[in-house]
Amino acid sequence: MKSAVIVFPGSNRERDMLYALEQITGTKPQTVWHAETSLPDVDLIALPGGFSYGDYLRSGAIAARSPIIAALKAAADKGTRILGVCNGFQVLTETGILPGALMRNAGLKFVCKTVRLEIANANTDFTRAYKQGEIIDCPVSHHDGNFFIQEDGLTRLEGEGQVAVRYAEGTNPNGSLNDIAGITNAAGNVLGMMPHPENLIEDLNGGTAGRRLFESVVEAIA
Amino acid sequence: MSNAVEITPELIAEHGLKPDEYARILELTGRVPTITELGIYSAMWNEHCSYKSSKKWLRTLPTKGERVLVGPGENAGVVDIGDGDVVVFKMESHNHPSYISPVQGAATGVGGILRDVFTMGARPIAALNALRFGAPDHEKTRHIVSGVVEGVGSYGNSFGVPTVGGEVNFDPSYNGNCLVNAFAAGLAKADGIFLSEAKGVGLPIVYLGSKTGRDGIHGATMASAEFDDDSEEKRPTVQIGDPFAEKLLLEACLELMKTGAVIAIQDMGAAGLTCSAVEMGAKGNLGVELNLDMVPCREEGMTAYEMMLSESQERMLMVLDPSKQAEAEAVFEKWDLSFAVVGKTTDDLRFRVFRHGEEMANLPIKELGDEAPEYDRPSIPTPNRTPIATHDVPAPKDIGATLIDMIGSHQLSSRRWVWEQYDQLIQGNTKQGPGGDAAVVRVDGNEKKGLTFAVDVTPRYCVADPIEGGKQAVAECWRNLTATGSLPLAATDNLNFGNPEKPDIMGQLVGCIEGIGEACLALDFPIVSGNVSLYNETNGEGILPTPAIGGVGLLEDINKSMSISFKQAGEAIIVIGKTEGHLGCSTYLRDVLGRNEGTPPTVDLAAEKAHGAFVRDAIQAGRLTATHDVSDGGLLVALAKMAIAGQIGAHITPNADVPLQGWAFGEDQARYIVTLPAQAADAFLADAKAAGVPASQIGQTAQGDLKLEGSAPISLASLTQAYEGWFPTYMAAPDINE
Repeated sequence: MKSAVIVFPGSNRERDMLYALEQITGTKPQTVWHAETSLPDVDLIALPGGFSYGDYLRSGAIAARSPIIAALKAAADKGTRILGVCNGFQVLTETGILPGALMRNAGLKFVCKTVRLEIANANTDFTRAYKQGEIIDCPVSHHDGNFFIQEDGLTRLEGEGQVAVRYAEGTNPNGSLNDIAGITNAAGNVLGMMPHPENLIEDLNGGTAGRRLFESVVEAIA
Repeated sequence: MSNAVEITPELIAEHGLKPDEYARILELTGRVPTITELGIYSAMWNEHCSYKSSKKWLRTLPTKGERVLVGPGENAGVVDIGDGDVVVFKMESHNHPSYISPVQGAATGVGGILRDVFTMGARPIAALNALRFGAPDHEKTRHIVSGVVEGVGSYGNSFGVPTVGGEVNFDPSYNGNCLVNAFAAGLAKADGIFLSEAKGVGLPIVYLGSKTGRDGIHGATMASAEFDDDSEEKRPTVQIGDPFAEKLLLEACLELMKTGAVIAIQDMGAAGLTCSAVEMGAKGNLGVELNLDMVPCREEGMTAYEMMLSESQERMLMVLDPSKQAEAEAVFEKWDLSFAVVGKTTDDLRFRVFRHGEEMANLPIKELGDEAPEYDRPSIPTPNRTPIATHDVPAPKDIGATLIDMIGSHQLSSRRWVWEQYDQLIQGNTKQGPGGDAAVVRVDGNEKKGLTFAVDVTPRYCVADPIEGGKQAVAECWRNLTATGSLPLAATDNLNFGNPEKPDIMGQLVGCIEGIGEACLALDFPIVSGNVSLYNETNGEGILPTPAIGGVGLLEDINKSMSISFKQAGEAIIVIGKTEGHLGCSTYLRDVLGRNEGTPPTVDLAAEKAHGAFVRDAIQAGRLTATHDVSDGGLLVALAKMAIAGQIGAHITPNADVPLQGWAFGEDQARYIVTLPAQAADAFLADAKAAGVPASQIGQTAQGDLKLEGSAPISLASLTQAYEGWFPTYMAAPDINE
């Protein structure tokens, strides 16, 4: 599987994402600088975690206005798989590629801990290697992960199975609506999520359940 | 401010310069200095930058070793970890700024130490911190804890370095002067280390990074003065951190270093442009000429005085190979950072500063830099205290209830509330983050090799007996690294003390350094970098002497590293080291009985070394299942922490030869608790005996509660609740300021 990682000034988990993709797909991903205007022909485009432009404005807001975003939108429309993790998820909502918004955590503090994550829809290109309803331990690490969307939007997300992963068993770390941890777009080719599967791929990380998210995409494009 | 300002005794005093120092300035300058020159002297000769009170004693520390490539004097120490890799590390204080402005003070403390590491060419891979706050019931403590933790987290999290460990303590002596000691380590190649010594005459000096503003002017001078009731008026001397700019600066610098354009590089930390330029020139025996009109400024109309003393963050100064200028400039343009040629090296050993074509300063560079004043201040050794016998300390009425109180106290409870605000996982190499004896981080790009990190000191021991306290700080740090299975390599020291002009405080400093030196020598644990923070006093009251030691260890196989948690029921629990029940200066005596008395435990360095080697060998041979060093609170507190971490209890038989309070809460040194499969216990004890290492089985792990023979069972659920409960409850309480 061919993949690419978009790097913005202030991205800081791009190395984690590059490492995970290379470990799991066996192919070194390409790095795409935000100032570029075209994307390589790949099967998966990843937007890594971090604090793009310092996130001094709304998280992801300035990155969503980067030169590369037009190409990203075109790729999303074309059906290319796109994964945004943490700041990547925030950028995807700021571009409008995904609905909703990520607000400051309800506790107002940055939170880095392991949560329980429920696979709410195992029927997506990103979750098909999991069982429906399966619960895994997964780390989160963010300041703005409190997902919000208007009621009609929420009804649509829930009704169409666009909620891919949810915080389980009272471990919602940020006050997110309906315990939402990650959503797909309507077409199902774009996933945004706050937890970090790229930091859950080796025994050293305390578990390998994150691998299957990437393996799902490998399977989906095969 | 024009250079025409008249130099009055008041102005000299405001710059923190003593009359005899000013006399020396007159002698060196040969005339009355300009205001810019006075500012430069004040920036270079303050305690923070010149180490004038401590230098004599710092020279006595062991700083060399087979693996030490760069020792103290550079931005950070460099230690060989094999395969062409090196670890670069240092610890530094940001105490005064953090008290005045907790969020920004702590944030820029982290920023400063990260810059020290990547200035050397290393990518930061781990951050730790040692934080000390006032009494929990003091009106400012909660506010400062909240701000400092936010500041530490916000900078490291955004910059992208995992914060993997540290310590948090409370004591009334820090009521008006918190301590924020930030540690950072980075990885580099042995042939890719950059130093600050300028080389070559007539080469361009380049300014890199963020623009210069009016923040932090006189920060280092402020940090070299005592506090009084009006200290909060000093807020403008605190710098503002921008971790985003620092992340860009990191990537730009590492890219720049690959181009071969860098001849020497120095970060602008304390005393900014002045200190970095003088250090580079003085070290290289070269003069430096700066044209301030070329310095990128955030604000218009800044004077030479302001520019030379600004401590704006995220800036660097380098000597450039002129043949690579275009390449170097392109890197900084890509990262949207300033790149400006602001001066050149000269052969006249003068430090000259120009503004609008006018010479604002012309000073001898060597005397400013490495030949700054040095003092041999009078010191009085701390008087000996009277020891307390174990049987003279009352036993607790209910040992279970006492243990729950202790483990649920502000001193011994879990720091989860703190570390959950830190990104501990970024970079994907964290095997063990905060909460263990030491952090365990894989060497990036390496399958098995790991590094371990720990930060330690016990100030209540240091105040009672500086020499033993200094030794103990080193020994505990070394022990914590050992308990994960690693070989301790080297250390950095962050010496926090009160006013060195007072002989008793100077006695504490001298004593602690003596103890540290002795322990480092005996344990083959050289000091490769460090920082001294003096004048930690408010209204004449000094802090407890707090020489924090940050250590680094090496694991050849990270898969074999140990954690503290009990792994399963039915395993043997063995204590390594002698339990004599020393209760002088113990947590039990101070916090349960309210008595600050007695002598601290003696540190037997030969025993430390032997016990540590035995434990390390056992871990590397795969014989153990858990290891924990015994420190604050003694054996029973250590056992409780192992039980809480694994959610497995234990059946324990106390040693009847030692009074129960001493057995449970005594703080004898050189001890570890280990677990291993029950059937392997006899062979292990026999090997310990053969090695001359005291070891005895005290019980086994068991499902359920913590049971001591002869006492009521202690509920694991209650222990856990107490341990995890204190911090969040304290921080959630209504602010007493409101």
